[in-house]
Amino acid sequence: METKRELLSLLSTDARENIEDIARQLDVDAETVEELLAELESEGTVHGYQAVIDWDNTDTDRVAAFVELNVELDRETGYQQIADRIAQFPEVESLRLVSGDYDFAIEVTGESMQDVSQFIAEQIAPIPEITQTVTHFIMETYKEAGIDFGDRDDDDRLSVSP
Amino acid sequence: MTLQPNERVAATPESGIRKFFELAEERDDVISLGVGEPDFSAPWAARTAAIHSLEAGKTSYTANRGKLELREEIADHVAQWGHQYDPDSEILVTTGASEAVDLALRTFLTSGDTVAVHQPTYISYKPGVRFAGGEPLPVPTGADNDFVLTPEALREAGAADADALILCYPNNPTGAVMDESEIAAVAEFCVDNDIDVIADEIYAALTYDGEHTSIATMPGMRERTVVINGFSKAYAMTGLRLGYAMGPADAIEAMNRVHQYTMLSAPTTAQYAAIEALRSCEESITEMATEFNRRRRFVLSRFEEMGLDCFTAKGAFYAFPACGGDDEAFAENLLEEQGVAVVPGSVFGPGGAGHLRISYATGMRDLKEAMNRIDAFVAGR
Repeated sequence: METKRELLSLLSTDARENIEDIARQLDVDAETVEELLAELESEGTVHGYQAVIDWDNTDTDRVAAFVELNVELDRETGYQQIADRIAQFPEVESLRLVSGDYDFAIEVTGESMQDVSQFIAEQIAPIPEITQTVTHFIMETYKEAGIDFGDRDDDDRLSVSP
Repeated sequence: MTLQPNERVAATPESGIRKFFELAEERDDVISLGVGEPDFSAPWAARTAAIHSLEAGKTSYTANRGKLELREEIADHVAQWGHQYDPDSEILVTTGASEAVDLALRTFLTSGDTVAVHQPTYISYKPGVRFAGGEPLPVPTGADNDFVLTPEALREAGAADADALILCYPNNPTGAVMDESEIAAVAEFCVDNDIDVIADEIYAALTYDGEHTSIATMPGMRERTVVINGFSKAYAMTGLRLGYAMGPADAIEAMNRVHQYTMLSAPTTAQYAAIEALRSCEESITEMATEFNRRRRFVLSRFEEMGLDCFTAKGAFYAFPACGGDDEAFAENLLEEQGVAVVPGSVFGPGGAGHLRISYATGMRDLKEAMNRIDAFVAGR
């Protein structure tokens, strides 16, 4: 259990670590790491391994927005049912039920602001249970997945010290 | 007086680390495993507290012993190792743990006193003893015993007649730790032979696979021990220069007398950072320690794979593999051929000969590359 937790913590720092290096850092053999990874995947704890990308640094046209959604539930429709429908859209990067003034917080991406607006207007807003949407376009990303995009890797320590 | 160094200074050579620093500085492609400080920055909350204190104009001296608030936090903090010290009378905040070591030596040593210093160990103790008018007595520890200090080694070196012992575990440069029974054995030797102890526990929070045991918590030891710790290593605050000494009220009062005439008080800004560090940064500290522990296992396992004999270092952020031969030549050639800087073990005393101090206070990416280069170097010999 302890090793599993350590493995998760290690992967959340660097999912690209190869099996051998993970094994060395956790003081277990490579087979154990393989087994634990398979377990974490099959039990639905680890859903994928993604890079943390600063899209502003690429020439890709990509616009992202946070959208607040208010919904009205009825006897047949709960949060889960609504979430299942919204999650189907590939434009929806993340979907969360939150506490506070609105119900769902979703992140939507598209090639342009118009693209995103159109998607919200044509695909999300018309869902019968949705009563209100508020769209916040993301202007600048400073930190993502725990990584500060402004961090420089400069080491100003003395190269050899006692 | 002339502007010539006195005998004690003249007789003290420059540290052997200096040479490797200069060699490493000559090139810009070097990965250094020679650094004796963390590669992290101090926790952000602690840095913020320092900034706020400056904004509020807190730039005057503090009480000689350090801010009471800080001493109270320290007293709480060290309770985890079984220490109980009164913040009013038994704790002194110093300018780095280094000042605390120097204060203890200058306060307690009588000219000609013998101070047992286990070897290999941190490079400042022997010069510190000499500067204070004492005579260091080297006590060897070796790889055969995982660099642990034993009563037998003390006895053999003639330390039964020593006046004091400087004990540094978890150890720099070896990464060795001493468990409770090993500490108890040394404590008994000290009580039996009436030896006072300066226990430098700066790496206490970086103890892996077990708990740190302080010699001051052993029977009969509290009254004869000054415990020294600080914020440099575990809190990544080396440049803020903040440490502390703890001991019986009389001893701390005496040390404070030297401190008040020579230092006045430890850096004020650093004290504000330290208060916050102790109040709210436990999580960042644990994260750093977890990261060091991963790197430790990685490095040990790589040494095993490349056939370098390395005992299981369980503390600080150092490994101390045997290099099979002249450690200085090994380190020089490794730097020359592969661009990896390490510190030869003999710099830390004769007992360190034939070994290398490998600091894993370096990011995983560089650490992996450095280990690959060492592997290639070892394979090519």
